Amino acid sequence: MHELSLAVDMVEQLCEVLERENAHRVVELTVVMGAMSGVERVPFEFAFPIAAENTPLEGAEMKIEEVPLVIKCDDCDLETEIQDPVMICPRCNSVSVEIVQGKEFLVKSMEVK
Amino acid sequence: MCEDCGCEEGNARVYFEHHHDHNHTHDTHSHEHDSAGSGGIHLHIYADKSTDLQENGVHIHIHLSGESQVQHVHGHDHSHEHHHDHEPEQASRDTREIVLESRVLARNDQFAEKNRAYLKQQGCVAVNFISSPGSGKTYLLEKTLEGLRGRVKCAVIAGDQQTDNDALRLQEKGAPVVQIETGSSCHLNAEQIGETLEQVLEEDTELLFIENVGNLVCPAAFDLGENIKIAVLSVTEGEDKPLKYPVIFHDAAASVVTKTDLIEHLDVDMGRYRDSLNKIQPGGRIFELSALTGTGMEAWLDYLEGLVH
Repeated sequence: MHELSLAVDMVEQLCEVLERENAHRVVELTVVMGAMSGVERVPFEFAFPIAAENTPLEGAEMKIEEVPLVIKCDDCDLETEIQDPVMICPRCNSVSVEIVQGKEFLVKSMEVK
Repeated sequence: MCEDCGCEEGNARVYFEHHHDHNHTHDTHSHEHDSAGSGGIHLHIYADKSTDLQENGVHIHIHLSGESQVQHVHGHDHSHEHHHDHEPEQASRDTREIVLESRVLARNDQFAEKNRAYLKQQGCVAVNFISSPGSGKTYLLEKTLEGLRGRVKCAVIAGDQQTDNDALRLQEKGAPVVQIETGSSCHLNAEQIGETLEQVLEEDTELLFIENVGNLVCPAAFDLGENIKIAVLSVTEGEDKPLKYPVIFHDAAASVVTKTDLIEHLDVDMGRYRDSLNKIQPGGRIFELSALTGTGMEAWLDYLEGLVH
């Protein structure tokens, strides 16, 4: 479960930002998680409070914004959300498609005091 | 460069949400911000190249939601102008929002970029091998090292949670091998690779194999600074496995289906393996081989040699 090490990394990173910004507590944070980010929501939600223990993030509410997988076809320019990760254009069957959304794994923002 | 507003001069950093339009200039840079969001706080901290913040190099604008108070603290000589209309108060007054948009894996990515630069400088191509446990990855590597001996100068970093058994097996094949025991961790990270590169690479090493921890999920999220990822799966694992683990099979430049010598004993359809792989990574190379019998090995070895020569 790499989500725990990701949560620990995230907490460390955010503690550095807090220090830099002269804030001492995170009340809420928003994480953006793409469908193809390689990170699973449930284990990450499980791991976060463990990683946050005894840090300024302890007790912070974590909101997760899930980002669906969106591909764009190089041939017919269709940009579409897909459920299954099939890299084939559903309109023209081209395989020249690229992922334009869904790989993200970001901390979007946090509410601090 | 600041991730949020593109400030490039000195140590300019903007972390805070901007809820209204304004533009302003500094003596070292200028920029504009657009309105975003509906909260009420705007806080902009700027520090220029000087580290002596008491003398020069800091200005702070603070606009608090719902209040007419506008505070500017200027420690250096510059002019600026801006206008703003505050939304009705929504946010609690004792909290503020910091907009980051930063990658959770930023720290790993920094190490990965460092590794990539070092590998390039050494003239070495790195391949990150990712598979489930038991796919035959280590055996394939043994046979690959044997096959490339005299053709390509190789080295190996082998990752496992416990034991150096794989490293011992691989060391007999004539390439330097360094084992990383990850302990409880289910993947290799870029920092671990960085600590190992100097030790494992010789002056003329051309191809570095990084044998990741047997796991199709976790290693896929971590860039190690490799040139390409290669996914390995065996014929016993199921034809739809690439679709079940899309991240790694999509990111892999090539996939290797191993243990094809077992096909005659199994109810397995190689066409369906190919279909799954083509769906998730159209155009990706697929190698079907048996490291045991050698069938299909030559095309695989040629491919690897082509990466470096």
